[in-house]
Formats: sequence, structure tokens, C-alpha cells
Amino acid sequence: MTDTATEFKNGVNVEALLGAREALTDMPEAARFTWRAESEWQNGTHTESRIFGFYGLGEEQRHVREFRYDTDHPEIFAADDLGPTPVEVVLVGLAGCLTGGIASVATHRDITLRSVTATLEADMDIQGILGIDEDVRNGFNSISVNYRIDADASEEDIAALVAQSQKRSAVFDIITNPTNVAVRVNQ
Amino acid sequence: MTRTSGNYSRIAGAIDVVVIGAGHAGLAISHLLGNGGVDHVVLERGEVANSWRNERWDSLCLLTPNWQTRLPGRDYDGNDPDGFMAVSELVRFLEAYAADSNAPVMTGTAVTSLCREGNAYRVLSNDVSWTARAVVIATGACNAPSVPNCAADLPAEVVQLTPFDYRSPASVPDGGVLVVGASATGLQLADELLEAGHEVTLAAGEHVRMPRSYRGRDIFFWLKESGIHDQRYDEVEDIARGRRLPSPQLIGSNDSAILDLNYLATQGAQITGRLVGARDGVLQFSGSLDNVCALADLKMRRLLKEIDITADALGAPPGEAFESTYIGESPPLTLDIEQAGIRSVIWATGFRPNYSWLDVPVLDRKGRLRHDGGIVDAPGLYVLGLPLMRRRKSSFIYGIEDDARDIAAHLVHYLSTYSERPSDELYQNRTPGRSVRRSA
Repeated sequence: MTDTATEFKNGVNVEALLGAREALTDMPEAARFTWRAESEWQNGTHTESRIFGFYGLGEEQRHVREFRYDTDHPEIFAADDLGPTPVEVVLVGLAGCLTGGIASVATHRDITLRSVTATLEADMDIQGILGIDEDVRNGFNSISVNYRIDADASEEDIAALVAQSQKRSAVFDIITNPTNVAVRVNQ
Repeated sequence: MTRTSGNYSRIAGAIDVVVIGAGHAGLAISHLLGNGGVDHVVLERGEVANSWRNERWDSLCLLTPNWQTRLPGRDYDGNDPDGFMAVSELVRFLEAYAADSNAPVMTGTAVTSLCREGNAYRVLSNDVSWTARAVVIATGACNAPSVPNCAADLPAEVVQLTPFDYRSPASVPDGGVLVVGASATGLQLADELLEAGHEVTLAAGEHVRMPRSYRGRDIFFWLKESGIHDQRYDEVEDIARGRRLPSPQLIGSNDSAILDLNYLATQGAQITGRLVGARDGVLQFSGSLDNVCALADLKMRRLLKEIDITADALGAPPGEAFESTYIGESPPLTLDIEQAGIRSVIWATGFRPNYSWLDVPVLDRKGRLRHDGGIVDAPGLYVLGLPLMRRRKSSFIYGIEDDARDIAAHLVHYLSTYSERPSDELYQNRTPGRSVRRSA
């Protein structure tokens, strides 16, 4: 992995990404991916989730190794705090997606990044999840993301970079647009 | 004089070129073919300028200033070069052009099928058929409104209109209107509906923001003068994206200098994100409004910066700054249709061409013509009048001239190298003197 970082600008192999884009334009079937997670309740509000396999490019694929994630709730929720709350993991997803996008777009635009940091904040009224007020939604009321970017580009080009990354971000789309969700129980 | 099917029926049979559509694109290439002595006919489903007559709303004026309303061999000769032509004036302009060009237009002749037959094309219009060595598709890019699937999820009592149905504010019932789409169409309709006293909600996805004028000149002066409009399709980095761009937020009027989301908000419009769904009588909007506005602001400023190079060289007055788009603290993500009093929805969500009559395998999986700058992926088949077809200006009236000249030149060369003639008796017996010019 360190090789990738030294071989390519910003560690992004933009040629491979562009090649994939071209190839998948002619093979729309191969572009259909399925992402998966397995999860198991541990105790209290503690759940462990595992990520390993996924489907794409017409066949089963695997990460180089299994990744495990704990989610729980803080002690003020009378929980053991064995991991971040699931809503915080959503912020992790958004930050990872937008920042990865910034690196890709920057490289494509021949911009060298020195540092990209972000602070994410999501406001939520927990009267929703506690069922106190029916008019309050369960989820975030709003999310703000503040980037600090040091790069060899003008302020305007950096703003364009961040805007383009949002435009092409999967997690940004998942959060800003509705998705049909089917949850079923298999006995 | 424009001829009708009655006195032009003699031409049915074999012919060098069939042009489909007598709008500005079809008439422009007909003019050039006529000047070159190329035997051709223009088949028109309705009348000359049919879409302009029947498929546009009443108040619409061209986005381009009058001095840019010009076609091969015809300049604007009125007394208001900086004004904006109403659609009815454009119809008269095109009628006069067809007449002066002696365009061989057969009106009321809708093409029902176009297929390859040997080395030629068979063009069918109900019972009449032509065999043509080359065909120019000039049916336009806006044959049918594109309406998103979620239209089917709206409550039945909500009146739904497309820009083809909408004529004036009288077309919609009293009460609130949801205008979906923030291109020229969406903004113009939202503007006139607000003026007529309707409550308007405007759902905005990605859009192109552009000021009507900049540094003392109309924006189209700068687009032309800076060379941006002449940028060729094979020089554009992302041609697929360029061809998908919605029309700029402009209105053909000297009265309202700026028609943008900020202006409509001050007039009382509620601006929301892109409409993404409707469920149980509740509209759902995307939370991406902030970013689509940021993108539009950035792109407008980038365009103006490019224009500045030309404007500085011409010593134009300094550039004015335009405020960023302000979308308010938290634009609504849902709206209950009944509670919000929305009685009608206008789908200003773009248009698409109709190629249902085209029986030549030249469409890609998205139903778009496969072409290289108007030269379609089938010998002797051409298209004219699509966005960014050969140049950035391709979709504007004045932009058709260069494209039509390029396509006509290619077509004439194609005819001159064409080896096998369609074996149609009428073709062998056709009037001498109308043969193809072979000098090209």
C-alpha cells in the first residue's frame, strides 16, 4: 500500500480510475455492485459488524482482510460505550467518502494535496428516538462539514474540488436523497 | 414558397437527400443544399417551424439577442438588434426564410419510418415513400418532455403539466404551483406564475447560472466574442456532460436583468432541492441544494473569468460581482402537498428527442444517436441541431450555420463518392439539371 502512495500523485492512481470508467461505460452490467455487512448483537446496545466480501465486476470480490466495527452508545445513555454510536459511524462514512473523492478529483485536476482535514457535526434532537415528540424526526436535522485543505491550488479551485466531490459522492447521495429500505426477519 | 404535399408529390420516389424537419436546422441545410444544386426534399410533420408554433408557451422569447437570429444567407434585418424575438416573430422569420430559399418543404408529411435499403435509405410517410442516398435528421432535440418516474406517485387531484401543455398562468388552477427544474424553462415559468399571484415552489437540481449581461454587453456577445461558443465538440473535455447541460438561467427580455434563484426567492418563491420522490401525498426533496448552488456559482464565476480576458482586451467597463446563491437556513426536505396548497406541478425537467420512427441501428443504450459531430454511425446519415453537436453554439439559432456548412460539405462529398445508385426507375428518369454538384 505504501507503494501506491509513492508511485502516484496524492497516492491516487487516476489512470486506473479513468480506465475503469471507460471500460464500465461499455459494460454496464459489470458496474453493478452489492455491498455487504454482517452484524451480530453482543450485549446491551453493543453490536459487532464485519465487512469482508462484496459483489462487483460480475463476480464475488473480497477485501484484503476482514474489518470489524463495534457500535455502542456512550455512558450517558446507560451503555458501556464499547464503540461509537451508529450515527457517528454515518459521519465516518461521509468523511471517508467526501475526502476520498477530494483526493481523486484533485489528482485528476493535477492538484497536489498537502493536508486535508475535516470536522463534521450533525445536529439531532433525541426527543425523536425516545418517542417524546412525534413531530421530531429520529435522524439528523442537519450535517455540517468543514474542510481545511492545504494544496497547490487557488481558493476557487479548492472550492470547486470540494463541490465536485459532493456531486460524485455515494454517501452524500445516500444521506441527501431517500432510499427504499427493506428490513425482514428470516427465522 | 413553401409547397404542400399536393404539388410536390412528383418528388416521391428516388432523390439524393431527404431532410427530416423544417425547423431552423432543416431549413438551414436545405438552403445550402439548394445553393449547391443538390436534389433534396424537406419532410415536415406539421408546418414550417412546427415545434415553435405548437410546443412553446406564449410569453417565450429567444434567449439570444436578435442580431444573433440569423441563418445561412439571412441576417436579422429588423430595427431592434439588441431585443429578443418572441416565438411568433421567429415563426415569421423562418417562414420567410423557407420562402426566400425556395425550400422544397412538404408540410403535413410525418416520417413514420426510416430504414436502410441496400446502399440507400427508405423514408416512409404513411403511404408515400422515398429512396434517398443520404438523410439529414433535423427533428430537433426537444420532441418530448422528459418527466421523472415519480410523477406517477403524485396524488390524482394534482394537475400535472409539461412545457408542451403550459401556455400561460391561465393553464394552471388557482393556488400553489410546484415547478420542477431550474433551467431557463423552470425559472421563466416560475417568474410569470409568481407575477400572476401564484404561490410557487421551485425544485432545483443542477443548473447553469448566467447573468443576462456582463461588463456592458449581453452575455451572448461575450460567449461569441471570447470564442467559447466556437469551442468544438472534439475539444471539450467531457462531451457527454457538455451535451447534457441544461439551458442557462436566462430570459429573453431587457426588463429583468437577472433571472436566478436569488431573484425568484425575493419574489416569494420557495426554493427546494431536487424533487426526488412523492409518497403518501408528501413531496421529498434532496438535501443537496447547497452544493448544486455552490457548483452553479463556481461555474458562473469561472465563465465570467474566462470572459474577462476578452473584455479586458476590448477595454470593457469593470466586471460586476454577483452575489452567491442564498438558499436560506434549512430549505424544506418534505412538503405535504395538501397542507402546502400545491394544486399543480409543472415538469420543467428537460426534453428528449423522439427517434421511434428510426429503424436504423444507430442508437446507444440510452436511446441517443451515435454520431461524431453530426455524422451518424451509418453511411450517408446525418443529424443537425443537437446540443454541442459540433460546437458549443450548436443549439442556438445562429449556431446552426457553421454546423450545417460542415455537414453539407461532408454530405456532398459522400454523394460524389457514392458508387451504387438506388435502383428506382424514378431516379433514372428524374429531371436533368438537378443533379448533384460533383465539384466538391
